[in-house]
Amino acid sequence: MIINGVLIDETFAEAFGVRGTRIIITAQNQKWANIAAASITGFATSVIGCGVEAGIEREIDPSETPDGRPGVSVLMFAMSSAVLMKQLETRLGQCVLTCPTTAAFSGIYGDPETVTRINLGKNLRFFGDGFQISKQFGGKRYWRVPVMDGEFLVEETTGMVRAVGGGNFLILAESQPQALAACEAAIEAMKKLPNVIMPFPGGVVRSGSKVGSKYKALIASTNDAFCPTLKGATKSELSPEIGSVMEIVIDGLTDVDIRAATKAGIAAACALGSDNGIKRISAGNYGGKLGQFHFHLREIMA
Amino acid sequence: MKLSLHTLPQVPLEAETISPSLLLGKSPSEVEALPVFHGNNEMKLGDFFSVAPQSNNDTIEVEGDLSKVKLLGNAMSSGRLVIHGNVGAHLGAAMSGGEIIVEGNAADWAGREMSGGRIVIKGNAGHMLGSAVRGAAVGMLGGEIFVHGSAGNEIGHGMRRGLIAIGKDSGDFTGVNMRAGTIFVLGHLGQRPGAGLRRGTIVSMEGAELLPTFTYDCIYRPTFLTPYMLHLRKTGFDITDEVISGSYERWSGDSIELNRGEILLYVN
Repeated sequence: MIINGVLIDETFAEAFGVRGTRIIITAQNQKWANIAAASITGFATSVIGCGVEAGIEREIDPSETPDGRPGVSVLMFAMSSAVLMKQLETRLGQCVLTCPTTAAFSGIYGDPETVTRINLGKNLRFFGDGFQISKQFGGKRYWRVPVMDGEFLVEETTGMVRAVGGGNFLILAESQPQALAACEAAIEAMKKLPNVIMPFPGGVVRSGSKVGSKYKALIASTNDAFCPTLKGATKSELSPEIGSVMEIVIDGLTDVDIRAATKAGIAAACALGSDNGIKRISAGNYGGKLGQFHFHLREIMA
Repeated sequence: MKLSLHTLPQVPLEAETISPSLLLGKSPSEVEALPVFHGNNEMKLGDFFSVAPQSNNDTIEVEGDLSKVKLLGNAMSSGRLVIHGNVGAHLGAAMSGGEIIVEGNAADWAGREMSGGRIVIKGNAGHMLGSAVRGAAVGMLGGEIFVHGSAGNEIGHGMRRGLIAIGKDSGDFTGVNMRAGTIFVLGHLGQRPGAGLRRGTIVSMEGAELLPTFTYDCIYRPTFLTPYMLHLRKTGFDITDEVISGSYERWSGDSIELNRGEILLYVN
């Protein structure tokens, strides 16, 4: 399959079942909602070293938020519910409670069959040292925690769902600037879609990894088959004209969301085309034996 | 089902059988045979009301001068009760679900000790709205009461949870002995609001003279009010954008009690 001169590999991305949640952060203005969101999603690029993968899903207009103020929705994913719950409470307490004028609300509701309620402000309320106030309204419980700038309003719980982590595709280009330009175009297109985040810096991974290492202590190491400087030194997957490879990793609430994001991203990259140095799109997998979800590139782009 | 009053009661008529929980599914003749108390005389509901079936499966409509008819909707748990006109005391007492709509005024004790559901009174309400009975420490446990007119004294007496909103003025001792919950008064707050307040919130859109046992805290913008205000606006109250995004004086009290309650006064 070739799109605008770009070869789409006959391969698939292998992704895993994870746990995901969404929260809504509001503040006095969009600037401070964004600051809080950037803070809570910081150091959350990979579950391997950060515990969670998190990112900003979108900005939210005041007309859509529970308190009528500008907001941001944040998605967070982890390999287990225990890790997700712990990380959520810790990050909320350290990064949102501390941020001026913020409030935090649940971003997921639904059938108890598919949505589990997990703590959001339930334990954070104790920061109020007995002065906190509970308000039950509309079937929800909120906590008002007195703080120095006024009051921190937080909903008691948010929803956790089974989600999908590790969707991906690789952009193979003639040069580093060209690979980056294609990734930027892809991320811009993907950010318009709901229910997905691309957790790495700017949404892009420059250091895609493989499982295992010659060093026993490491569980992952550089994906040497896709490193352009190692074409002569290892069994390479790269043809002579490829000078740089970058990867986009996608986490989403459902496999349908990841499919949509993958399609939008690859289409945007291919729109630049081989005339702009974009030669090939590939994906990372583990032979199909580990992950429950397989995203076949050619099937998605058909 | 529609109940039409054909004979005015001479003394208060206790008609707690007029409740969706008790009437829905019954035939008109079965309904007419239900007992009511006219003073201390047991009579039949059909002695005062004619009953006609209607197509609304979950709604009981009642019409006529019901100002002496008490206990409508008592302990109801589901369904709708629509009252075309004024209604007597103890409307929706101890209700736990469903909805009551009164097109006119309601007498005293409306929503007494309710724990769920919603009461909407388009006119005025009497005293003891959503309150505990005399001698009880705890009153309303949940649900919502919306009065688009004014209401009398001791609104939400002993309230433990729930929401009360008054579209115009409230009488004296609003929120007396309140333990939690939220009361909005969009007009003038009567005297001695929050007396004995333990926890809970009383919000007024006008300034008020408070008891000396309340302490001024600050002026701030309480973000938690917005979901409430938007909800009240959707249910027909006149809530302006200014009061939604505005600032409020916060007063803590009652210091003769737990002192964890608050009165919020809109700063225009």
